[in-house]
Amino acid sequence: MKVSALQQSYLNRRSYSFRSSGPLDSSSDSAVKSPAAIFWLVLHGLCCLISLVLGFRFSRLVFFFLFSTSSTNFYASPFRSTAELANAFDVHSVLSTNSITNIELPLLNKTVANSRVVVGRHGIRIRPWPHPNPTEVIKAHRIIERVQKEQRLQFGVTDARTVIVITPTYARTFQALHLTGVMHSLMLVPYDLVWIVVEAGGVSNETASLIGKSGLKTIHVGFNQRMPNSWDERNKLESKMRIFALRIVREKKLDGIVMFADDSNMHSMELFDEIQNVKWFGAFSVGILANSINTDETADQKEEEETSRMPVQGPACDSSNMLAGWHTFNTLPFAGKIAVYIDDRVTVLPRKLEWSGFVLNSRLLWKDGGDKPEWIKDIDMLAGDIESPLGLVKDPSVVEPLGNCGRQVLLWWLRVEARADSKFPPRWIIDPPLEITVPSKRTPWPDAPPELPANEIPVMGIEEPIVKHSTKTRTSRSKRRS
Amino acid sequence: MEIWRWVFIGILFLAAFVVKIEAFKQGHRQSTERISGSAGDVLEDDPIGRLKVFVYELPSKYNKKILQKDERCLNHMFAAEIYMHRFLLSSPVRTLNPEEADWFYTPVYTTCDLTPNGLPLPFKSPRMMRSAIQLISSNWPYWNRTEGADHFFLVPHDFGACFHYQEEKAIERGILPLLQRATLVQTFGQRNHVCLKEGSITIPPYAPPQKMQTHLIPEKTPRSIFVYFRGLFYDVGNDPEGGYYARGARAAVWENFKDNPLFDISTEHPTTYYEDMQRAVFCLCPLGWAPWSPRLVEAVIFGCIPVIIADDIVLPFADAIPWEEIGVFVDEKDVPNLDTILTSIPPEVILRKQRLLANPSMKQAMLFPQPAQPGDAFHQVLNGLARKLPHDKSVYLKPGEKVLHWTAGLVGDLKPW
Repeated sequence: MKVSALQQSYLNRRSYSFRSSGPLDSSSDSAVKSPAAIFWLVLHGLCCLISLVLGFRFSRLVFFFLFSTSSTNFYASPFRSTAELANAFDVHSVLSTNSITNIELPLLNKTVANSRVVVGRHGIRIRPWPHPNPTEVIKAHRIIERVQKEQRLQFGVTDARTVIVITPTYARTFQALHLTGVMHSLMLVPYDLVWIVVEAGGVSNETASLIGKSGLKTIHVGFNQRMPNSWDERNKLESKMRIFALRIVREKKLDGIVMFADDSNMHSMELFDEIQNVKWFGAFSVGILANSINTDETADQKEEEETSRMPVQGPACDSSNMLAGWHTFNTLPFAGKIAVYIDDRVTVLPRKLEWSGFVLNSRLLWKDGGDKPEWIKDIDMLAGDIESPLGLVKDPSVVEPLGNCGRQVLLWWLRVEARADSKFPPRWIIDPPLEITVPSKRTPWPDAPPELPANEIPVMGIEEPIVKHSTKTRTSRSKRRS
Repeated sequence: MEIWRWVFIGILFLAAFVVKIEAFKQGHRQSTERISGSAGDVLEDDPIGRLKVFVYELPSKYNKKILQKDERCLNHMFAAEIYMHRFLLSSPVRTLNPEEADWFYTPVYTTCDLTPNGLPLPFKSPRMMRSAIQLISSNWPYWNRTEGADHFFLVPHDFGACFHYQEEKAIERGILPLLQRATLVQTFGQRNHVCLKEGSITIPPYAPPQKMQTHLIPEKTPRSIFVYFRGLFYDVGNDPEGGYYARGARAAVWENFKDNPLFDISTEHPTTYYEDMQRAVFCLCPLGWAPWSPRLVEAVIFGCIPVIIADDIVLPFADAIPWEEIGVFVDEKDVPNLDTILTSIPPEVILRKQRLLANPSMKQAMLFPQPAQPGDAFHQVLNGLARKLPHDKSVYLKPGEKVLHWTAGLVGDLKPW
């Protein structure tokens, strides 16, 4: 009988754990009501009433004052005051006044000899300033760095090769934006790095001051042609600049893995780990972040769904993980709405295969590197310009697919540029400080570009190209609240 | 002569230098380290051939029928009692001849009476155990021969053979008097506690090995979380004011470190719990209502250094595994300084702990895989039993001698089951 009553009370509990405080069981266990029990019941009722009036359980206060000098289990270390604690648990106390255990000794001395662990209610110890200490945070970060270094030594690449990064750039409004993004990614790379920055229009202080902040080993060269305004010409010039950089690699006999980091791309940190696996010539998948909002109302639902997936350029493999072909960019959905000039307000599209999706072993470029495979063309012997690094190989099937055979997207491509005539303060320092501010409504653009048809919704989302990288890198932890 | 002496000394230095370099290189590249506890290098011992266990055939109302009533017993953290039974039935250490047995096992599932929420009720367990012992003592002579001193029982419940989930009540009850001489294999372990008998074997709580296997992530994923914990800090349902649950230790962790970016602690129940543990350097394993928790097993499997906050706890297989070298022990009174304690551990010590944790025999010893594999928790239990052999002469009673009293214990426990 008694047992089933107890079981009933458990089944009625809503909480996960069914542990309850002592006196519930003891009160239902004892069948005989002694005067002492009646006295405790009366006292218990009285204290319930008082707690109800006061709004919090005062038993802890009472015992705190009564026993604060006792040596047993009130710890001397700083302690949140009971009143504060009681206030904090106001809500819960009001609920619990209806339940049992208002009067119970907070310190049940049920210990075995020699044990320093006591059963019963304990204080919650809080130190005087319970907030992070900066020195400790630094120490913890050092520990994490050391642990990660050990992980890399054990599970990462054994003989890491230098990464040679080639970036074509030129001084313009958005250069600081893009180049800083790439620079920070490169600063996080755990391997040795050489950064070759080729600048159109000659070496400028803008670029030099930007890349000087990186602390990386950089080779900053100028290319004496200015960047043209149309995307086509631009791509051609950039290819020329990249080949120029490859010639530098060959001259200096740099040893390592050559990768192309355009300054507007976003790189995943895993990319740098993955390219260490390349033997001679590798390719990986590049995600294209061209804005695929098809703004005519004639596009039906199905087409919207299809184009809302991110298009990916890169190697395609068959079922035995051998290179079978290439995924290239499908320009059909964008027919008619492709940007020609740099300040067109429509989508900028990538070429069939972007340079940045390829990596090669720098020994392929050396004049007489000894064991060069015979399928590589010599750069000096190139007839014209090549549109993608595939032009360097005689047989495209020797390309090694990286990133789990192209299934992993390690790089995201996006092109956003300000208007060709937009101005920006040199080195982004406003000196002397501005004195007069004029509301922008009064300053029209000097020469507006040719207006596009009225049913075009201007492309908005592309203005924020710098997106957080993949979450595999150290990200700041968001604070969790209980 | 002088020159030769100097040459000799020079050669000695050179040799020492070379040896040191070699040792340094070797130590540096090592990814695991051998584990040897106070009983020696016994983690990989093979118990087969070192002992013989006789399994009593009890009527199915003690085991099979109970399991049939509630299949959830196979998945909760007390499932070790069922899997141990199954393991022993088909193990080479089992003998069908009780005369040559060193140990006797009674398969009674005392932790399988579950509430709708899945938590075991221990109220019938003492009576069940008594009834089982009465059965074996009347049908076989081996219990009376030693009054149970060469028998072992699995009692994985919260406080072992005290058979109660609440510590005060469990201490009041004490260990079931009939089990005073038997060896108890239990999850609970706390020094100088009534419910831990001298000579008990502590085992880890059951954690499903398959489930943990499916959540493994590549080992090269960098560990970027410093301290990780997911679980309750206040048990609002049963201890609304705090101070009772976990002796206030979990609440202290929350109050002191809730805004500390190094501590990834919360009460959420994420689906990526196992993956997150593999990305953390330290995992907190504080006590709850009982000092032990499956978090220790999870931390060991996922290579996260366990930070044990439970005064006087006895960890599983404490004689075979040197837990002080593997985990970090923090007194409950030192919880407010947890960040200082953890950041002041030198990196070489941390790397060594990670190497010890990476040892596959360490991970095996914490698991109860089906079917059993060498070095797993089943074998560690058998090793522990084998280390207690040969039995002392005092184990065998003279005919007619009685040590235990049949009617000892609480009145409620004497009712037949």
